[in-house]
Amino acid sequence: MGMTITEKILAAHAGLEEVKAGELINAKVDIALGNDITGPVAIKEFEKMGVEKVFDPEKVVLVPDHFAPAKDIKSAEQCKVLRDFARSQELTHYYEVGQMGIEHCLLPEQGIVAPGDLVIGADSHTVTYGALGAFATGVGSTDLAAAMATGEVWLRVPETIKVNLTGKPSSPWVVGKDVILDLIGKIGVDGALYQALEFCGEGLSHLSMDSRFTIANMAIEAGAKNGIMPVDEKTLIYTKCRVKKPYQVYESDPDAVYSQEIEIDLTSLKPQVAFPHLPSNTRSIEDVGEVFIDQVVIGSCTNGRMEDMRIAAQILKGKKVHPYLRLIVIPGTQGIYQQCMREGIVETIIEAGGVFSTPTCGPCLGGYMGILAKGERALTTTNRNFVGRMGHPESEIYLANPAVAAASAVKGRIAAPEEVIGN
Amino acid sequence: MSKYIGKVWRVGDDIDTDLIIAARHLNDASPENLRKNCLQDVIPDFAEKISKGDILVAGKNFGCGSSREHAPLAIKHCGVSCVVAHSFARIFYRNAINIGLPIITVGDVVEAFQDGDSIEVDVNQGIIRHLDKGQEYQAETFPPFIQEIIAAGNLVNYVKKRVKGDV
Repeated sequence: MGMTITEKILAAHAGLEEVKAGELINAKVDIALGNDITGPVAIKEFEKMGVEKVFDPEKVVLVPDHFAPAKDIKSAEQCKVLRDFARSQELTHYYEVGQMGIEHCLLPEQGIVAPGDLVIGADSHTVTYGALGAFATGVGSTDLAAAMATGEVWLRVPETIKVNLTGKPSSPWVVGKDVILDLIGKIGVDGALYQALEFCGEGLSHLSMDSRFTIANMAIEAGAKNGIMPVDEKTLIYTKCRVKKPYQVYESDPDAVYSQEIEIDLTSLKPQVAFPHLPSNTRSIEDVGEVFIDQVVIGSCTNGRMEDMRIAAQILKGKKVHPYLRLIVIPGTQGIYQQCMREGIVETIIEAGGVFSTPTCGPCLGGYMGILAKGERALTTTNRNFVGRMGHPESEIYLANPAVAAASAVKGRIAAPEEVIGN
Repeated sequence: MSKYIGKVWRVGDDIDTDLIIAARHLNDASPENLRKNCLQDVIPDFAEKISKGDILVAGKNFGCGSSREHAPLAIKHCGVSCVVAHSFARIFYRNAINIGLPIITVGDVVEAFQDGDSIEVDVNQGIIRHLDKGQEYQAETFPPFIQEIIAAGNLVNYVKKRVKGDV
């Protein structure tokens, strides 16, 4: 019986010939990741485990990004715990403010994750790296501590749902975000609970790497253990100048077993908007109606990459942000920030009346850099619209792609890109 | 010990980690900070209302959202002895096991319980009892590997044993 790409990576890392869905395994990790919120808790647990040194200082990655640059004294203390540990353990991959970015934008950009890797991260959006054909999943701080100590993690081999992408987007304003929101709308926030989501089909070839990262990133919003994609030419072009270590490419067998198959037709797909208070509460842009908004955020580990910045700038070029609205744009990494400067994107955003921030997770999780007041509404390119996620429990969040976000920033209400710019 | 008796606090489906402990409180992982802000936007002043040993009974997908271990920790620090749910989001599920917060997945059985009911949960045997109605339900038990972690108390203790070569 054939295996899926997920099963093959797990088997290889557990030292087994084959694994089956439902099986519990101990697997070796290639990368163990933590941030300034989950890292300090993990470090505290690590210190209880009776181990002096991390299993491999090149494989433990720490990135202060959630409340960094530190938003207050307590956050500064948490960042310091991370920094001190990184120094005392002599970690290769610790990224200080100035080098850091939003972790899930940063790690692929730095070539830290390769196809076929097994990555665990004490951050639910660790699933992002599945876009590179890696197995990547979010875990808690104690899991991270155990992995730092032993280089291993316990995992249940997940069943896999196959998501077959057909056709080609018929508009430049349909991107990865719409694919994943459409899927979550169809299967619900627990539609892939404990399972892998494997995206494949010829439609994938029409999606950029940045779009693919967005899709894998929000697999967790359907409850999935991981989101994963086959490695193709686009993946190899992406990894070629970045990944320095040897790696192995895995692919699903033709007779691999899937728990379910779902098809998404990219040709008929329209930009999607998730209404409060769940990412599954989706509508196509033409069914949104009149929704006035107070703030637009373009950024995050979901949509803070170059493609997202370029789309936002393309729509905002020569336009003005609606006077009743705040626009906050946050590039995912320093590298993306610099590229935005080179391409005039920073200038375009500022000319339009938006702010262009240093990389941080800040507003996405209600940390800082754009918190919502009672009764306010935001349209954002982030990943969660839970009650109180970005501020006051009585505020509202709508999720969409960067084109819809930029168009909405101009109109002061949720708007289709075509209302602001021609195709 | 695997048996817990307490009063039910009933919550609905898709209670996410932001509702369990909002990110605005995550700049401080101290037990007291997590305790007092636990479930604040679902049951105001939950930490003050709850009696030690009470049991949370939740709907589907409990703990969805972020990987923050602060969520099961906050529940534990409140004095909740056990969480019973229709289903758990996967990171919350493993976090609860890893930190030693007893949990049990029971499916539709949660429908039998309301706020204030008396409940008995035997996590190892997978038995749930509605003490007011005198009804008993059978739920899933944990696979042996996970039971080893539970038996060790938490993942830290389990890893300590592994490091020493005891398991």
